[in-house]
Amino acid sequence: MSEVKIENVSKQFGEINAVSNLSFTVNDGEFVVLLGPTGAGKTTTLRLIAGLEQADEGKIFIGNEDVTQAQPAKRDVAFVFQQYSLYPNYTVYNNLAFPLRSPLRSLSKDQIDKTVRDIAKTLHIEDKLKNKATHLSGGEMQRVALGRALVREPNIFLMDEPLSSLDAKLREELRLELKNIQVQLGATLLFVTHDHVEATTMADRIGIIKEGTLIQIDPPEKIYNDPNSVYVATKLGSPKINVIPSRLLNMELPANVEYTAFRPEKVSLNSKGTLDARIETIQNLGVEEIVSMSFMGEIIRAVVKPESISKSDKDIKITIRKDDMLFFDKESQRVYL
Amino acid sequence: MSASRDTTRSPLEPSATSRRIAAFLIILYASIAFIPMVLIVSTAFKSVTDAISYPPKIISEPSLEGFVNLFTQRTRQSAEYLETLPPPKTWYEEIVRKRNMVIAGPSRFIQRFVNSIIIGFGATFFSVFFGTIAAYAFSRFRIPLKNDLLFFVLSTRMFPPIAAAVPIFLMYRKLGLSDSHLGMIMLYTVVNLSLSVWLLKGFIDEIPKEYEDAAMVDGYSRMSAFFKIILPQAATGIAATAIFCLIFAWNEYAFAILLTFREAQTLPPFIPTIIGEGGLDWPAISAATMIFLLPVVVFTVLLKKHLLRGITFGAVKR
Ligand SMILES: Nc1ncnc2c1ncn2[C@@H]1O[C@H](COP(=O)(O)OP(=O)(O)OP(=O)(O)O)[C@@H](O)[C@H]1O
Ligand SMILES: [Mg+2]
Repeated sequence: MSEVKIENVSKQFGEINAVSNLSFTVNDGEFVVLLGPTGAGKTTTLRLIAGLEQADEGKIFIGNEDVTQAQPAKRDVAFVFQQYSLYPNYTVYNNLAFPLRSPLRSLSKDQIDKTVRDIAKTLHIEDKLKNKATHLSGGEMQRVALGRALVREPNIFLMDEPLSSLDAKLREELRLELKNIQVQLGATLLFVTHDHVEATTMADRIGIIKEGTLIQIDPPEKIYNDPNSVYVATKLGSPKINVIPSRLLNMELPANVEYTAFRPEKVSLNSKGTLDARIETIQNLGVEEIVSMSFMGEIIRAVVKPESISKSDKDIKITIRKDDMLFFDKESQRVYL
Repeated sequence: MSASRDTTRSPLEPSATSRRIAAFLIILYASIAFIPMVLIVSTAFKSVTDAISYPPKIISEPSLEGFVNLFTQRTRQSAEYLETLPPPKTWYEEIVRKRNMVIAGPSRFIQRFVNSIIIGFGATFFSVFFGTIAAYAFSRFRIPLKNDLLFFVLSTRMFPPIAAAVPIFLMYRKLGLSDSHLGMIMLYTVVNLSLSVWLLKGFIDEIPKEYEDAAMVDGYSRMSAFFKIILPQAATGIAATAIFCLIFAWNEYAFAILLTFREAQTLPPFIPTIIGEGGLDWPAISAATMIFLLPVVVFTVLLKKHLLRGITFGAVKR
């Protein structure tokens, strides 16, 4: 396993800047998740690292070696593709064995067999080894694709939404499994997802990417508690963070502060509150409730214990501690007080 | 829910009546299309006299005279001379002797047949070989002027190839390619290439390029990814293309009659020259036609599995 570093990398497709001036490092043994909306350039970033795309500008290092110009096979990375990547003319077994049979690795038949069977067991596909790759369900295919990466010990694992077509239960199971494998192997892993829960539960660090640029890359807690922009703040957490114009709060704030944001779980509802709001809807989630309130034309959501509010009273008072507030300027960038 | 509703048939499938109509039409068409085949085969097994008798005989004594005539050269002899000969040793000598003739040697049919095989399959091989490489490149790589090149490739088929006959004839004479296997293979390869590039490009476009991406990341060169993954996936398309190419090269008549006469003459110009006594030797011609049809039939049957899927031009997803 190795450290992977990308420096000022840009990639254009015609007019589109798929990736622009991207720099970050995935440390040896680290699990980094790239989180971003569709079209943000996540797949392109992985393909650049794998050598499937040539960077227009910038450099890529794997284990301190400049691989910007190297062929994919030479970079020794493993890639789990977003779609389509099982070899349809092979059985599951041969799909898993394929990377091990590469002329670059001279492994004995027994070694290959053992590795393939171990991985198949981990991913619960032992009984599918003889199936043709096309005779599998979507979830099984995705597990085989995952297995084809995990049979190797590459410099880095690149995974492009590998859990996206699994059902919730299996997804959770594999999420844990994958994290365990990564910790055991001390694997360097760069993982792409849309799903913020996946990101927070697995990542050592999360990179928030938008329109080809990296906005912030930090450990999940820091992304959650200390985002550098409104965009990052809204990426994690459900329900989303509340963002309202600061002037509504009637507080003394620096002139450049335009927006104030606070997490729904930091909003407390009580009679001693300072702000007047009106309850619009209440969503019951069992252990907690999401209360949507209107506040001077804005919507504020709060997450509270069911017993903490009275159902009859529509007009209530709310409090938000100043320490729980995040402030942003009119470009939606963070302002530190 | 009514209990009598028939749910065994999916709403997407045709009904029993429409199936029956379709089957009837197919059988009708097949029977009409089959008539020439029946005529060829039945004539091939008639004697020369039966074949030209009037009114025509539908059923007649089966005879191998046509085949014997096809494979041999014979000379007519006087009755006195024939009597001095020892009795015929083989069944085919006997057939010939009945017509007051003796076998002078083998005919040129086998040599022409071999020419057809060499030229037909040779041209098919090269059309498919170059076609696959070119189609792969067009499908996968960024090539300057790609669309113009593809259009150019197609444009070579926009006029009938024979329109270029005169320049090709002169060129081949100068280059010494007339009446040579190499010349004919080259010619048919070139004519077939546009079809094969376009057909195969369609098939290869259908194969997701993620397969090669995956193989290259897994530690293989593009070349071995091509052989290990793409080629097996393209087998259907390659088989279909090979059949189309073979059918053209095998049946081609116009260039063959213009450019071949001895060494490299193929069967299409040769068959009509099979002449018997006092006119065409119909049983021999039919026998030749029958044998001529066989290789394409065998080749098609061998590749049938691929062809059925291939003919839908890759529309059927695996
Ligand atoms: N081969 C290509 N040719 C042209 N444009 C491309 C190509 N690959 C990607 N793009 C464009 O680059 C941008 C980034 O694409 P990318 O696939 O990296 O997005 P992504 O973040 O992986 O999105 P998703 O979450 O939908 O997979 C998109 O606007 C896309 O249309
Ligand atoms: Mg993607």
